[in-house]
Formats: sequence, structure tokens, C-alpha cells
Amino acid sequence: MGWARKILRVNLTQGTCTPEPLNMQWADEYLGSRGLASKYLISEIDPKVDPLSPDNKMIMSTGPLTGTMASTGGRYTIVTKGPLTGAIACSNSGGFFGAEMKFAGWDMIIFEGKSPKPVYLYVENDRAELRDASGLWGKSCWETEETIKKQHQDPQIRVSSIGRAGENQVLYACVVNDLHRAAGRSGVGAVMGSKNLKAVALRGTKGVGGIKDFKGFMAATTAAKKVLADNAVTGEGLPKYGTQVLMNVINEMGSLPTRNHKDVQFEDASKISAEAMHEKRASDGKSQLVTNAACFGCTIACGRISEIDKGHFTVVNKPEYWGASGGLEYEAAWALGAANGVGDIEALQYANLLCNEQGMDPISFGATVGAVMELYEMGVLTSEQIGVDAPFGSAEALARFTEMTALGEGFGVEIGQGSKRLCAKYGHPELSMTVKGQEFPAYDARGIQGMGLTYATSNRGACHLRSYTVASEVLGIPVKTDPLVTEGKPELVKAFQDATAIFDSAGICVFTSFAWTLADVQPQLQAACDGDWSMEKLNLVGERIWNMERQFNTAAGFTRKDDDLPPRLKTEPAQTGPAKGLVSGIDKMIPEYYQIRGWTPEGVVTEETVARLGL
Amino acid sequence: MKLKFKLFASLTDYLPADRKGNIVDLDLPAGTTIQTVIDQYRVPEKSAHLVLVNGRFIPPAARASHVLEENDELAIWPPVAGG
Repeated sequence: MGWARKILRVNLTQGTCTPEPLNMQWADEYLGSRGLASKYLISEIDPKVDPLSPDNKMIMSTGPLTGTMASTGGRYTIVTKGPLTGAIACSNSGGFFGAEMKFAGWDMIIFEGKSPKPVYLYVENDRAELRDASGLWGKSCWETEETIKKQHQDPQIRVSSIGRAGENQVLYACVVNDLHRAAGRSGVGAVMGSKNLKAVALRGTKGVGGIKDFKGFMAATTAAKKVLADNAVTGEGLPKYGTQVLMNVINEMGSLPTRNHKDVQFEDASKISAEAMHEKRASDGKSQLVTNAACFGCTIACGRISEIDKGHFTVVNKPEYWGASGGLEYEAAWALGAANGVGDIEALQYANLLCNEQGMDPISFGATVGAVMELYEMGVLTSEQIGVDAPFGSAEALARFTEMTALGEGFGVEIGQGSKRLCAKYGHPELSMTVKGQEFPAYDARGIQGMGLTYATSNRGACHLRSYTVASEVLGIPVKTDPLVTEGKPELVKAFQDATAIFDSAGICVFTSFAWTLADVQPQLQAACDGDWSMEKLNLVGERIWNMERQFNTAAGFTRKDDDLPPRLKTEPAQTGPAKGLVSGIDKMIPEYYQIRGWTPEGVVTEETVARLGL
Repeated sequence: MKLKFKLFASLTDYLPADRKGNIVDLDLPAGTTIQTVIDQYRVPEKSAHLVLVNGRFIPPAARASHVLEENDELAIWPPVAGG
């Protein structure tokens, strides 16, 4: 059956943990993880609720393939109303935490209310209890995980926690599990902090039972793993070079946002690339990259494990950062590097380590620093105000800002509010490179036109993982399309959005989609889950999930004007590279996208679409 | 005809020893095509996946006929992806 058929409701105000049966009708309609948790959230909260109030809820959810032998079946999702955007927030993480939740016998955990004091949830199979976390408050994610494992004398406990950033309600705080995997975007860690919930610690020994057709599941997952192994991208490229290999690709294509999107190519891109991570350093003769790493059940293993240069100015006399740890991935390297004009790869790794340690989204953080550096160069912000000289390219400023923001010190408190609020406060809202308040990831909408539409229409604010059209526009997966044109992009974006909703909701990693299509996922779901999981149904469920999220945002107050890009991307042409002279064609794509979606010209889901999708 | 030739990721090893990072400067006769360079440097056909000239994608079918020009930048990657 795939699902454990059981959810845990934790009322933090009352201090209770109550099991409930999973709503199987909703499971049949929304699959699991992202889709199913969103259905629960939307059914239980007021869309206009203050995201950081006790009335908001936060759901940790697995999918039917989480914890199974399906490749990459270790994902879990946190769904809540996001404080950075005010939109639905849905943040997905790998590692081992999601599988452990399933092993303990739970499909999802719903957190509601607010604890009067810091607590953490401890779950050991059927037993669930809230425990005092006063001694953990103020500790980092790394310290919290280590402390909980020691307290319980069980190194196999899996922990998701917030660091200082979540406690301080940095609006893009993460929830970090397994030291360096994170539900990273949209500030789900701030919601957790607002509830005085420091951590969730899981121990499950049940395994995953109840697969509907076990032999069929064995055959389907084995066949699908072979597809991943035989594919040059998932079988060779990602394990060896990780996501970071895109740094030079995207720079070469003139689509690498640089210095707060003032430029589209970064002269030091090669210094912060995957290839640079492999190079031997002059200082110690070692490469930054130590090895690759895999999450639970993953047969791709794209993760990066690195060692920072011990002599670098950022870590002198800080041995706690000298060991092998997570990073750099492409998005973090871009946001901490090119977005700020910083070409010092060791400084990027230091900032990345702090983001992991204290639970901060490096994309939103790095992009906000980019806005700060532009305001500094304009003379709007001074070194007296912000505590450091901060021209574009300053590795020293990047390192200091990371420390200040992670620990809630000085000007870091304002950086922790994100670029939308910061730029508005200092009189330049146009310099915030955001959609719905969330910072852009690492692809410029002028050089990859489909990504502009992806960002503008993403239900959780600017995000590349809602519809990764880079696969098609840059990498030719599944077919090559021209990144410089708008024609065909509304259809492409819709197709990616709906399919991605299924990958996310199944409990598997979206990176499988470099080799798999839904036709590879379908047999695995059909064998694991009760009911009909035909291709037709998967397509319908994916579209249903997308429209459900859209309806929530509409009810929360979002309108047509929020599906837009900053003026810089619409009026300031790219100055170099293949996109030279181009701006984003977002205004041309939006009406066509709405029409294809079956929405009104104002972007509202129509009654006909509601009826067709069974919403 | 001078141009820049760039090989990335696992293809870096196919560059000559005097490479600077992932780049070498080439001096080639006029009329040289992309495929000629790929063959000359023995880049395996199946590994020459993403081929860009001045950042623009050149589909496989056009590589044998695409003539390089002075100051072009030819960049090639094996199958890669990211997120």
C-alpha cells in the first residue's frame, strides 16, 4: 500500500501527541508528501493566517515511496504557510530522516499551536513524546543532533532541527537533517522556531511493509535503477561532478546572474566551479572535494563532501570547520559567489558551512547579500551602518555577513529579513531580485526564458525546482529547446510543473527526472500503492496539486501582479553572452500560460478547471 | 585563425598539457569545423554531449558542417546536469 496509513498530530500548545488514521481518500487524490501534506494544511488553516503565529501549522510528510527500495526514496517534505513569502511553502529534503519516519510507522507529522517553552519531539516507533529542549535552545543544528544522540545513547536516531537562524526567525531559515541536508527554502525553519520546536528526533525499526505487489515492486524498482545507472547524467556526470558542474555551463551560456543580476556572466566562475573543487590547492596540495555522497536509497550520489583549506582566513583557529562536511552544491556556490561577485571558493565553503550549521537557506541569504552590496556601492548603505566594507567581490564581507546573520548580530538581523524587506526599507524595492518575496536561484531569466516563467508562477516564490526547464533549455532533457525564445515555454513550464509535483509527492528525488520520466515512476507507484496509478491519473494528480497550491495562494491574497519579475530583468538587457540585448519576455508568456492552465486572465482557477480536476 | 577551445568536467583530460584551467588557445586553418576539432583532440563522440560556440548550442547534426570563425570560443561538456 506504500503508505503507513497513520499520521501523528502534535499539539504544541497542549503538549499532546495523538495518532490518527491517514485520510486514504486524500491519499488517492494527492498521492503523498508535498501533495498530501498540502491538502491537509489547506484544509486546516486560514490562508490569511500570520505564518509565524500559533495558528499556522507545519507538516512533515513522506511519500508512498519514502523508505522503500525505490532509488532516491528517502525524501520528506515540510509544508506550511511560508513567512518569507506569505504563500504556501513546501520544502523538500533528502538524507535519512524521511525514511526513518516511515520506519517508525508514520506517513506524516502535523505540528499545531505553540509550545510555552522550547521542546523537541522524540518518536520511537509508536511512542511519541515532547521533551524539554531548554538545554538545546541556542545550539546549532550540528550540536543539537549530536546532543540528542548522546542523550538517548542511540547514534542511529535521525534528527531534523533548527539552528540559531530558526530560533531568531530569520525568514529563510532551514530545517536541517543529517548535518547537511535541508528543507531549505521559504523559511520553514522560522515557522518551526516560532513554535518553540527545536528538533524532531526519530527512531524506527519497523521497516516499510504493506507494499501491494512485492514482486512487481522488486521488478519495477530494479528496472528503474538500471535506467539511472545506464544514463550518462545520473550514472556518471552527477556522481563525479555534482550539481556544481553547471557553474561553467551556465556562465558560458550567459545566464549566470552576477552581482545582484547586474551582469549575466561572472569573470571568476571557473574559480568557484566543480572543476575548481577537483583542483589541488597551492596552499596544502589537497583538493576541496573529498568524495561524493548519497542520501537514503539513492543510486545517483550527487552530494559533495569537502574539506576547507585550514589556512584560509575564515577558519584560522576554528578547527570545528576543518573536517569533511557538506558542500559546495551549485545553488549555494552561485548564491554565495557569483551573486555577490565573490570568487574565493574557500570563503564560499565557509559561508556554506555556517548555513548548514545554523540552518539558513544559502540561496536567499546569498542573494540578499548581493542586494546589500549593490546598496553599499550606491552609497545607500555605509560601512558604519552595516559594520563592514562591502563592495561586490569582498570575501571578507561575505564571511562577516554570514556570521552576523546566522547568529542574529548587528546588521545581520536585517539581512535575515530577506532582500524584499531590506531593499524596501532602504528605498530601493526595485533592487530586490525576488518573486513573491523569495530570492531567485542560479539561472538568469534573460538568458533562459522559460525559467523567468518558472519563477514568476512558482507557488512558493522564485524557485528553480518547481519546473526545471533548464533540463530542456540547456541540457536537452528530454528534448532541446532554445533558451532565448519565449515560444513554447508556457506549455513546457506547465508540463514540468505538473510532473514535478508527482516526483515530489511520491517521496523520490527530482534529480531522477534527468533519466526518468513519469513512465518510469508509474510502475513503481502502481506496484507499491493501492488503487489505480495509471499515467492518466498521475498527470491528473500532478495538475490537481499545482492548482490546489494556486488556489491557496489566491485565497491568501496573491493576484496577477504577483506573477511578475523585477524591473531589472524586464528593462535592463543582458550585456554579454548569447542573450546580449535580451530582456525577459515574461509579459508575453503569462497570458498564454494562464490560458493553458485553464485560469482567468487574472490568473484565477476557473470553476471549469476546479470541476475537471476534482478539486 | 585563433580561437579558444574549452573542455570541461571529465573531458578536461583531453586538453593538451599547456592548458590554462579548462582552456587552450588554438591556431587553426580557416574552414575548420567543430567536428574536426573534436576528432583532432580525440574527444569521444558520445562524450561530446553539450557543444557550445560562443555560448550557443550546436546540435549534433550541425557539428560536421559548422565552420569555426576567428575568435570563436568552442566549449564542450559530457552529459551533465545540476539543480
